[in-house]
Amino acid sequence: MAQARGKVTIDTEECKGCGLCVDACPPKCLELLPGLNPYGVHPARYTGMNCSGCGICFYVCPEPGAITVYRLIVPKVAQPPKEGSHAATL
Amino acid sequence: MDEYQVIESKSPVFYDKYVRKSELQHQTHYCPGCGHGVVHKLIAEAIADLGVQDRAILVTPVGCSVFAYYYFDMGNVQAAHGRAPAVATAVKRSNPESIVIGYQGDGDLAAIGTAEIVHAANRGEKITIFFVNNAIYGMTGGQMAPTTLIGQYSTTSPWGRRPSNEGYPLRMAELLATLEAPVYIERVALCDNKNIMKTRKAVRKALELQRDGAGFSFIEILSPCPTIWKMTPQESRKWIEEKMLAVFPLGVFRDRKLAPMADAVPQTSVTKLLGLDKPQEVVTRPMAVKDSQPDLTVKIAGFGGQGVLLLGQILAEMGMREGREVSWLPSYGPEMRSGSAHCHVCLSHERVGSPVIEHPDVLIAMNEPSLHKFSKMVEAHGTILYNSDKLPAGLPPCEAKIYCVPALEIADGLGTTKATNMVMLGALLELTHTLPRETALALLKAKVRNVKLLDVDCQAIDAGMACLRKQLGPATDAHAHDGELAPCS
Repeated sequence: MAQARGKVTIDTEECKGCGLCVDACPPKCLELLPGLNPYGVHPARYTGMNCSGCGICFYVCPEPGAITVYRLIVPKVAQPPKEGSHAATL
Repeated sequence: MDEYQVIESKSPVFYDKYVRKSELQHQTHYCPGCGHGVVHKLIAEAIADLGVQDRAILVTPVGCSVFAYYYFDMGNVQAAHGRAPAVATAVKRSNPESIVIGYQGDGDLAAIGTAEIVHAANRGEKITIFFVNNAIYGMTGGQMAPTTLIGQYSTTSPWGRRPSNEGYPLRMAELLATLEAPVYIERVALCDNKNIMKTRKAVRKALELQRDGAGFSFIEILSPCPTIWKMTPQESRKWIEEKMLAVFPLGVFRDRKLAPMADAVPQTSVTKLLGLDKPQEVVTRPMAVKDSQPDLTVKIAGFGGQGVLLLGQILAEMGMREGREVSWLPSYGPEMRSGSAHCHVCLSHERVGSPVIEHPDVLIAMNEPSLHKFSKMVEAHGTILYNSDKLPAGLPPCEAKIYCVPALEIADGLGTTKATNMVMLGALLELTHTLPRETALALLKAKVRNVKLLDVDCQAIDAGMACLRKQLGPATDAHAHDGELAPCS
């Protein structure tokens, strides 16, 4: 399986358990916790797999700071320039 | 170890904590799945990205989003129900550099505030209005709104909205698009991922347009209200797509290129208009200094147009310059001229308890009716200055001393009867010595722009002083009027 390109953290205290992010997530990597948070709702969480770091969950979530989306920093590997390509395009 | 960078997180345009109440300071007050939170985030993100947080002013409405000022860390004005566009107009016009955002719901904008939004749009105010349309009154518990769909149930349309009784849903975006002035009008919806991202783009574009000095922009956002619609957040998204879009089609209704108006009025500020941008004369006399002059209460009465109220104002302002506590209480009829007018002026060393004077130290009677009406009110040791060369017949006896100052004739002799009140001011200054003549001259210099009139006013004051001095006798020449005052008879 390919490595996830992103990850999501969800503040379980701020989450109101509406579930919109779970529905909206394209790779379906979010779920509602079976347990309740202190405010009596099932907060969302990241399953830990397949997040692409697209950020959709952030925009569908009505809470300002419940969701934080991260993207994996891919270290730049110096590759030999392809034949005929301009060096500056690296 | 993998390294991550944050790509989406809470905008710095939101406060860290929401101090509306002591608990739950990390959450908004919106219901789970509410559209307001999403709109808030999109606006906050755009404000942060455009770098205008320090000059953005949000005009918040009445409705569920009434508490938006607890969330957005920017300038804020809370407007009365429906009046956000009017308030935003004032804010923008007085601070042209600011980014002014109106945020309104459908009950606010499309019902009670219809007039304000239509006229702000028609004037092409350079503001941005975000119109959050959820087809219902949410905060008050689900009454019918002008945007409620045909057949939609609400507490005030319990059989469903019927056009025969409640009319049709009001399409604000289309309605405003019939006007000439708006530069950008779009309707978007929060029904799915794609449309949320379209909303994000529209919000950003509207704010960019305002930043660039364009005119009125209006974004209508179809937004879910799961609680009042009695649906899950997911169902409410679907309901927008299936029901609302048929009535409120999405799209751009106006997208006009930036074109400066040819007839733009020159921009100025209130400060400039009042001349406050120039260095002001500094009154150096400290407020705490108490002079030996006694407190003084004056009642000035006459016809409207005789400068009765203005004389009172000048007296009060002179008192302020001399570090007194002052009050000026005008009373006049609806006529601008020839009605009766009077005012009360208190010059005191202590706080003025009441600006109403029952027994004035001095009555300035500018005409005969005022003399008849008010002479009995004057304190026993008080004085009356009467605008005539002789007392009228049939004046009831009074304890106060009466001096006749033919101010009207004196002023006429100086060139204009407009200076009548200044002759009386001169007489009052000579009589009481409570306020120095120099203060009067300095004040007039600051107030009267017409040089000719200023000259006449100064002469009038001196003439008034001279007139009274003649009556008071030589003992008062040296500003010491402990001698017996001789009333005119």
